[in-house]
Formats: sequence, structure tokens, C-alpha cells
Amino acid sequence: MAFDSLSAFLAMGGHGVYVWASWGITGLLLLGVVVHARAERRALLRSLRRRVRREQRHAASDAVATPVSHQEGHARES
Amino acid sequence: MWAFIHKLGSPKWFYAISARLQPWFWAAAALLIVVGSVWGLAFAPADYQQGNSFRIIYVHVPAAFLAQSIFVSMAVAGFIFMVWKIKIADMAAAMMAPLGAAMTFVALFSGAVWGVPTWGTWWMWDARLTSMLILLFLYFGVIALRGAFASRDSASRAASVLAMVGVINIPIIKYSVDWWYTLHQPATFSVTSRPAMPLEMWAPLLIMVLGFYSFFIAVTLMRTRSEILRRESSKRWVRELIGEVS
Repeated sequence: MAFDSLSAFLAMGGHGVYVWASWGITGLLLLGVVVHARAERRALLRSLRRRVRREQRHAASDAVATPVSHQEGHARES
Repeated sequence: MWAFIHKLGSPKWFYAISARLQPWFWAAAALLIVVGSVWGLAFAPADYQQGNSFRIIYVHVPAAFLAQSIFVSMAVAGFIFMVWKIKIADMAAAMMAPLGAAMTFVALFSGAVWGVPTWGTWWMWDARLTSMLILLFLYFGVIALRGAFASRDSASRAASVLAMVGVINIPIIKYSVDWWYTLHQPATFSVTSRPAMPLEMWAPLLIMVLGFYSFFIAVTLMRTRSEILRRESSKRWVRELIGEVS
């Protein structure tokens, strides 16, 4: 351990502002990248699923004689 | 070999294999970044000249490495796309650009903040700093180009060309500290030569660098998988995949 106490750790020998600003921005951006990638994937899957379901419904209403079984399950990310 | 490359270039195959690889890179990234952060922030000894402000190195150097590596990766991917028309290469290139821009910003920001206690100024128009700023603008250019075309193929070509031309900036960044007199110190860390710092300072830096690289691979795999679904959404295997989970 390079520090004696938590307050010494936070103060960084008077350079706390510089160290924590740099680390803070880095952490925020890395976190932001992950959050964005997850949100992007979820939104995309949602819209693709909606599209496929809509097409299945169209196909089902076209073929009146042979109704297509339509599975409504819980959507899970693959 | 060619069969392997062809398989790798197939979106469907890439989608499957990347699903298996992805968790390992996320786990490695999380582990390495946590260990490197705790070690670098709390356990590495303070620098005898710079005191504790030197701990900025543990985010500054990995970010600067990634900033440059991602641009080189984009240029290589652009070349592969232009020569062999492998779409996966273009998708990956498109998906890694924002992370590259973010890492360039981190390197510039942490460098500026670090400069205040160390150099007494947060900015100087010297070769290293200026060439890094140019890298940030190159990233913005590549990202903007992709959004500027109605046709995806034109956008991909334009972005690939800009990445391939812009990559000339990378050796300029690397050698700027040797070619010109600059405020920026020469490289303190290299994978190939013996480190100029004691092990207790150097080991956490290596761990952070590896962690950042794992993070880059994990994010790129994840986002490229999304991009495959987006671009190939009319393909049968994608519809079947989507149909299965709905």
C-alpha cells in the first residue's frame, strides 16, 4: 500500500484533482461504450423481432386455409 | 488457409464463433482492468519526481495505445474490404471507430490534466500533442463520412480510403518525440524492450494495457455482431435466428 489512510489516498499528495479527473473521465467513457453497445443490441433485436412477427402475421392472413401457428414466447436475447 | 479466411469472412460463421469468444474477452477485460486499477492507484509506489500525479499514466498510456491501434486496425480492415470485398472487415471497421475516438479523447484529456502539475501547462502546440489532435479529427472524419452517403457501399469505400490515408499519421505520432523537440517525454513503455521503470510501476501498466486491448476486442465483437444482424436482416439465417427467439 502506497498510502497510510483513505484521505491520503483521495488526496494523492495534493494531485488528487488531476488523478481523479483523468481516471473519472476514462471510467465514464469505458462505461458509456458498454452501455451504448448493450442498448444498441437490445434496440436492434427488438425492431428485428417486430419485423419478423409482422411478416409472419401477413403470411398467416394470406394463407387463410392453412393458419400458421404463431409462437408467442418470452423474447430472449440470443 | 484460404478456406479459413473465407469462413471467417462469412457473416453467419463469424456470428457463431464470436458468440463463443466474446465472454472470454469481457472477463479478461474486467479482471485485468480491476487488478491494474487497484494496483496502479493504491499499491504502486509514488514517482520520486512527479509524486502521485504519475498514476495518470495507467489510463493515459493504455488509452493512447488503443487510440493508435484502433486506427491501424481500421486501415487494415479498410484495405481488406477494398481488395477482397470482405464485408465483415467493413462492419468491424465501422464499429470500432467510436471507441477509437473515445480513447484518443481520453489520451488527450488525461495528458492535458497531467501536464498542469508536471509541465505547468495543459496544452502546447508540440508535435506529439498536435498529431494526437489530428488523430481525433481523423476519427471524426471517418465517422462523419459513414453518415454522409446515401449508399452504404460508397460510405464504406470513402471511410476505408480515409482510414488508409490517415494511417500515415500513426508513425508521425510514434516518432514525433524523437524527430522533433517536444515537451512530451519519449516512450516510457514498450512491449519489446526492457522497461525503464521499476517492476512495481511497470507491471500494473502492462496489466492495464492488456485489459484495454481485451476491452477493445470484446466491444468490437459485440458491436460487429449487432451490425451483422442489421445489415444481413433480410438473409434467411438471420430471420430464422430472430424467429427462434421471438
